Amino acid sequence: MTDSTKLNGNRRDTDGIEVIDLVHVYKKGPKAVDGVSLRVEPGEIYGFLGPNGAGKSTTVHILTTLLPPTGGQAKVAGYDVRTDGRAVRDEIGVALQEAALDPFLTGREHMRLQGGLHGLAPDQIKPRADALLERVGLSDAADRRVGGYSGGMKRRLDLALALIHGPRILFLDEPTTGLDIQSRTALWDEVEGLADDEGVTVFLTTQYLEEADALADRVGIIDQGKLVAEGTPAELKAEIGRPTVEARPAEDVPLERLEAALARFGEPLPCQEGGASVRLDEGAGELAEVVRALDAEGIQFADLQLHAPSLNDVFLAKTGRSLEGAGSEEEQPTGEEPIPEPATA
Amino acid sequence: MEAAALYANSPIRTQARYLAWRSVVRTARQPIMIVPTLVFPLFLLAINASGLSAATEIPGFPTDSYLTFALAFPFIQGSIFATNTAGTNLAEDIQNGFFNRLQLTPMRGSSLLAGQLAGVLMVAIVQAITYLLVGLAAGAHFEAGIWGVPVLFALSFAISAGFGAFGLFVGLRSGSGEAVQGLFPLMFVLLFLSSASLPRDLIQQDWFQTAATINPVSYVIEAVRSLFVTGWDGEALALGFIVAISFFVVSMIAASFAMRGRLERT
Amino acid sequence: MTAAPRITDRASRTSRYISAARTVFWRHMHFVFKRPALLLPAMIFPLFFYMAFAGGLSGLSNVPGFDYYDYNAFQFTFVLLQSAAFGGVFIGFSIGADFDSGITRRLFLAAHDRSAVLAGYGAAALIRALMVWAIVFGIALLTGMEVAGSFADLVGLIWLAIVVNVAAFLFAAGMMTRFRTMQAAPAMQIPMFMILMTAPVYVPRDLIEGWVATATKYNPFTAIVESGRSLMAGDPFHVLLAFAAAFGLGALMVIFARRGLRKAEAALA
Repeated sequence: MTDSTKLNGNRRDTDGIEVIDLVHVYKKGPKAVDGVSLRVEPGEIYGFLGPNGAGKSTTVHILTTLLPPTGGQAKVAGYDVRTDGRAVRDEIGVALQEAALDPFLTGREHMRLQGGLHGLAPDQIKPRADALLERVGLSDAADRRVGGYSGGMKRRLDLALALIHGPRILFLDEPTTGLDIQSRTALWDEVEGLADDEGVTVFLTTQYLEEADALADRVGIIDQGKLVAEGTPAELKAEIGRPTVEARPAEDVPLERLEAALARFGEPLPCQEGGASVRLDEGAGELAEVVRALDAEGIQFADLQLHAPSLNDVFLAKTGRSLEGAGSEEEQPTGEEPIPEPATA
Repeated sequence: MEAAALYANSPIRTQARYLAWRSVVRTARQPIMIVPTLVFPLFLLAINASGLSAATEIPGFPTDSYLTFALAFPFIQGSIFATNTAGTNLAEDIQNGFFNRLQLTPMRGSSLLAGQLAGVLMVAIVQAITYLLVGLAAGAHFEAGIWGVPVLFALSFAISAGFGAFGLFVGLRSGSGEAVQGLFPLMFVLLFLSSASLPRDLIQQDWFQTAATINPVSYVIEAVRSLFVTGWDGEALALGFIVAISFFVVSMIAASFAMRGRLERT
Repeated sequence: MTAAPRITDRASRTSRYISAARTVFWRHMHFVFKRPALLLPAMIFPLFFYMAFAGGLSGLSNVPGFDYYDYNAFQFTFVLLQSAAFGGVFIGFSIGADFDSGITRRLFLAAHDRSAVLAGYGAAALIRALMVWAIVFGIALLTGMEVAGSFADLVGLIWLAIVVNVAAFLFAAGMMTRFRTMQAAPAMQIPMFMILMTAPVYVPRDLIEGWVATATKYNPFTAIVESGRSLMAGDPFHVLLAFAAAFGLGALMVIFARRGLRKAEAALA
């Protein structure tokens, strides 16, 4: 990597995030953040994982000074978000959930605008913009209007814009939502490079387990405004420890028989419809016993899987719900109305 | 370079310059924002100049050319479109999150307001030149002569800035492009309930004459019209400038308060 | 599974057509009444134009050669017919919005005869127009408008306005079924505006000079406006010509709308 791309100077002890009992209550009542406490060390990638409506974006908005907290305290780069908002904003780069770009400006023009507003001189902006656009793979598209960019290109431009002024701390709010696998992987590589090579502290919110697993040094799991678990992915999974078995009965086998048979081997768990799941008391070695027992009772199964503990299992253990599909139902305007019944037939 | 040190290099005028540049570029790249604001007022002018030509027969009508009389109308109508342009652009920024992006920079609210008006004034320049040239080519008189042109442009800019600032206020308060668009009929009402079509002293209906007298738009129309019909009418020009500048000042103050409310950042 | 019964009975076809049209009509009326912001412009604009023209331009009655009995009534007639035309166009916004949201596809799938969907919109356009006319007429009377025509003359004027409304609606439907998006609204509004404004709006035709005078000679809406004013004055003039012009426009627009419907069906298939 050339010097001009290493934009962010040396890591400092203050380049971290400290949150103590953070609370945010919206005007119309919902307590979106309910006493969250966490600490992000300088140079760390912290994954903030939770379903839709858990409070991730609200937390990010508070830490990036876009929303004042209702209670608690938060410091970013050593500055209090409530009283030193301007100083916080100077130290951070932010890529919010919506890329929020101007469709009538080109990528390069965006860099110029953002750099200029951050106080960079014109002769500073150009080389930095060129370097960042190359780094995120947008050199060829830089002079095209953003209205013609794909979703992945917009996200990459958003990342480049967040870095134009050399921030020490980067906030990424669900950066890969809606992206294809290739774009997602490219973005992961970029984020890892920022943390590993340049010591940038990254606070990343996501609802994707594999993203938190792959990227984060430490993960905080949030649900309904509360932090329910925190640690490295390995630590969190080790807490759960034991693998789970999930089975689906053959067509003519009642589910209850399968459930009863499996229950002898461990704690029953919620499972998708038509299947049964238990957490094995004795670990993966019990799998052979499970198969022998089902065979002995004449219970045929259509499918049998052994799952190593995942972050979803961690979430399940802490909240009683699966992370996938656990999001709160927010009203989304579909643009389609049901045709109401006429008053008379 | 330490990020904090950059902040000292970003004074308001620099920020306003960047935001003005963006506003001008955006406007120039959206012909739909410019062409209708030129074509529609000229079309209405063409209709009225022909359809209302008989009005010059009314005893006391100040000129024998309805075209000359009515040429003030597109200047005001075009300015009203500025409300839409400025307000809609800002409301769109709020709705699509670009405003958050700006909030996360050291940008000051006053810079954004000043920058947004740059786009408005760019359109105002194009409008003023177009209306004047088309009007003169169609046979209108311009009694104020060559020295009246900068006065006409100054008045036109002041009016556009006022309407633009009002649009910014509505855009900031509502955060909705639709709300700004919804203003347009109201502006149209203001325009028609004025001395736009006939001189105030020739309006027969008392209630209408009263409404036109109270309506500040009448004074800006009369100021612009005076340059075409009369030449140098000090009173009309003074009233027009006072109304236009006052409207601009009040709207900017309102927009500033609205900006303060919208900039929720700590 | 048994096949669905074919609808061969004429009475059944008719009742299904009416049912589909009524459903679309009811849905639209339910939708706009829940959102007064959609209803108000269609009501307020005609009122506003009447106030602005009748109030602000009443001095034109002093122009030598202006011999209509009352300037308020002169403008009221134009405003009535203008609101009839724009009332048809406003429904076009709803059709475009429904195409944008995708609900038109569902309506087309549900209706046996897709023209019933358009009929429902058309009925809504007419009912809304009648409401607007009642309000404008009431306000005009309250502000001193004189009506010289008889009850029969007024009924004739209303029928003329109804035909204009239907023709305008069919034009809007034809445009929206072709473009299938609300973004095409200006394509509806601009031709309508030009037709209306190149009729004798402010003064009678013989007092107009310039290019608009030429335009009024060839504009079919001129005959409609002039006849409408003659009915208002109790001195019917060229009424058959006016109805012929209106029906002629309407017939053309029926073809235009049907072709648009075929295009929409093909595009949504």
